Amino acid sequence: MQNVKSRLLVIAAMIAASVWALFPRQVVERVKRDGVFVYDTVSRVPLKRGLDLQGGIQLTLEVDQSRQTITDVSDALDRAMKVVRTRIDEFGVAEPVVQKLGNDRIMVELPGIEDPRRAEEVVQRAAFLRFQITDESQALERVVPRLDGLVKEKGLAAATDSASRPAANALGSLLQTVDSTANADTAGTSTDGPFRRSLVPGQLPGQYLVASADYGQIDALLRTPEILAALPPGKDVRWGTDSLVSGTQVYRTLYVLESRAIIDGTYLVDAKPNQDPLEGAKVDFVFNNEGGRRFRNETAKHIGDNMAIVLDDRVMSAPVIQSAIGARGQITMGGRDLQAAQDLALVLRAGALPVPLKVAEARTIGASLGEDAIRQGLLSGALGLALVVLIMVVYYRFSGVLAICGLAFYVLVTLAILAGFDATLTLPGLAGFVLSIGMAVDANFLIFERIREELDAGRSLRMAIDDGFDHAWSAIVDTHVTTALTAAILYQFGTGPVRGFAVALLAGIFASLISAIYVVRSLFLLWLSKNQTAKTLSI
Amino acid sequence: MLRILHNTSWDFLKQWKLSVITVAVFVIPAVILIPIRGFNYSIEFTGGTQMELTFREAPAIADVRAAISGAGLGDAEIFTYGAPTEIVIRAQESQQVAQLEAGAEMVSQQIERTLQSRFGADAFVIGRTAAVSPRVGSELRSQAVIATLIAFALTLVYLAWRFEWRFGVAAVIATLHDLAASLAFMMYMDLEISIFVVGAVLTVIGYSMNDTVVVFDRVRENLRAHRKMPLYDLLNRSVNETLPRTVMTGTTTLATLLALLIFGGSVIRPFAWVLLFGILVGTFSSIYIASPLLLWIESKWPHRNEAAPQARAARA
Repeated sequence: MQNVKSRLLVIAAMIAASVWALFPRQVVERVKRDGVFVYDTVSRVPLKRGLDLQGGIQLTLEVDQSRQTITDVSDALDRAMKVVRTRIDEFGVAEPVVQKLGNDRIMVELPGIEDPRRAEEVVQRAAFLRFQITDESQALERVVPRLDGLVKEKGLAAATDSASRPAANALGSLLQTVDSTANADTAGTSTDGPFRRSLVPGQLPGQYLVASADYGQIDALLRTPEILAALPPGKDVRWGTDSLVSGTQVYRTLYVLESRAIIDGTYLVDAKPNQDPLEGAKVDFVFNNEGGRRFRNETAKHIGDNMAIVLDDRVMSAPVIQSAIGARGQITMGGRDLQAAQDLALVLRAGALPVPLKVAEARTIGASLGEDAIRQGLLSGALGLALVVLIMVVYYRFSGVLAICGLAFYVLVTLAILAGFDATLTLPGLAGFVLSIGMAVDANFLIFERIREELDAGRSLRMAIDDGFDHAWSAIVDTHVTTALTAAILYQFGTGPVRGFAVALLAGIFASLISAIYVVRSLFLLWLSKNQTAKTLSI
Repeated sequence: MLRILHNTSWDFLKQWKLSVITVAVFVIPAVILIPIRGFNYSIEFTGGTQMELTFREAPAIADVRAAISGAGLGDAEIFTYGAPTEIVIRAQESQQVAQLEAGAEMVSQQIERTLQSRFGADAFVIGRTAAVSPRVGSELRSQAVIATLIAFALTLVYLAWRFEWRFGVAAVIATLHDLAASLAFMMYMDLEISIFVVGAVLTVIGYSMNDTVVVFDRVRENLRAHRKMPLYDLLNRSVNETLPRTVMTGTTTLATLLALLIFGGSVIRPFAWVLLFGILVGTFSSIYIASPLLLWIESKWPHRNEAAPQARAARA
């Protein structure tokens, strides 16, 4: 009895862990609200849907060598990845995927987007690198009241306000009051609004911090024509790629820049990360002759100012100009590590040496097809399960019911494993799952047939059950291992859809093993302990 | 107690000639067909463009074809699936594939524009499109072959370790038979070989290996229990003893596949067909192919000193 109790305890623990893994949890993700993507906390079951289940676009890009031969494909691919990653935000997609495939391809997945042409244009457009001086005249702060007035007037806030959260605002406005009370009464249209609440001056001139919770709202407002028209003339407002953490709050950076670029990436020849014993990590860069002349003139005028490095309208970094720089210059990373220097050098090279990309593979899946696929998957899964339950109960009666309890455990654990590994649920994955239901009962057949044979041989009930499980063991292990081997190879060699199938199959094999040899056996032991005198078993 | 196929003592091995003939009759015509018709590879393997369109009103296929031909894609296949409003356009001829070298999306855009000017912009919705450049396709083909070969090699090694090399060879040949039969089935049904179907074939390999392993596991056990029994009788006995399980597992798996076949939708269907057939064949081969093979291998390379199988069995 003690043995049975501890077994049931272990099973209960496994069930609890699985339920916990599948329990809807709070995750911050981008959701579409009133046509605008905002970051928000949503409660959902942690199983992601693959592209084929929600619709979207998948592009495989490769370096186009038809017009020019590229000697270092690997570096070209890294540059292209950097550019594609930087741009991916333009789509406002909840969970974009940018992945390197092999040595010469990039896979981009954009769930929910249905216009492949736009996606291709954005992804294939040549990278554009500019150096711009950050604003030192507090131009943005001066127009904040007017921007907020516009928001109030046009009711722009109503559409986008849902994303803001009280905690973030409290901290934001606290910092705000300290820094910018002087400017509060300038234009005097509104003293409160999303801009006033969210914009916190940063450490550099022209840099502002926006709590990441407010990012969606501010970003959406900055795209509206009314706000765009009211921004200070001659200045660009651009998001930075980095985020700052202060206490528990994460901030995105926003930069105000002089619209006139001092130089652009076409003059840049090369950029390399370097490690200097005195100055730490740094990036060395080289301009061509004309670029060097222009750069010397411009930097001489702006000594002490910050120069923002802007790739595709995103501020990557904004180092201070220490002295006039000619054709060769360096950017010290200010104590940041070599990794940061490598990243920045990659940004500069991406702008200097644009990588032509061509589409090697393009797939689009309409959103309605995704819904169909889910419905079909659920329907066939339910029907398959019903048929299996029917067969088990009719053929094995009471023991069949025990096997079905094991099967329920199997389904739960498989899903939990998939959720735990953050696997993406795809259509082939669903098919693999439905298929593995049929295979999961195989272990039960092996055991039950064995118990029947032991009973036929005249063994006592307890002996027959024990021997049944013990003798079926080697066959169960061998069958599971051979299937797992095939699944592992599918995973290793397959891409996309086949991988989804293999992952579901692997998770299923593992869960099936536990279910058959541990859970179902425990149920038998429980039954035996309750019916000590039983002479027959309904099997 | 409901029981099927209980205490049978059929002589399965006696029919080995019949099973060889059955296999030959099924597989050989397919082998002859391969050079004539070739496999129906999906665009993933050949490169090409495939579009699924849903029209508001069912168009005449001839109209669609005329429009597409006008755009210089005369060889494209055009067919309906399910409802007459749902149309698939597939362009995978070498000339159309060559156009993709420049960029995979070209042809699908061309088709879309052509159809829009012919039928109007709102006349249809694009459901699914796929465009694959030829280089990606040929890489995928070699990958699929390598994956299958490695699957076989690994299972052979595992079985040789768990049982003995004779068992491993018999199981792998029986499974090779399943692979050949599945390919023949795809040939006859003219099923499209997509990456998904290749996944199904690899699953059949795993399943069939499973079935054979269960029978061999019983052989291994009976070898230990009945030292004096001739191998012929011993194999027959093992197949008979495992028969209820073989049939029950086959039945339940087929039941779930039937569910996939009926409700799984158009993407899943070819996959379900291959599995359905493969599992039938896998069950057949574990009974009628694997055991006779084991007997044959044993007669060619006899191994009846008692020590070795015992040592291996003890380790298992």
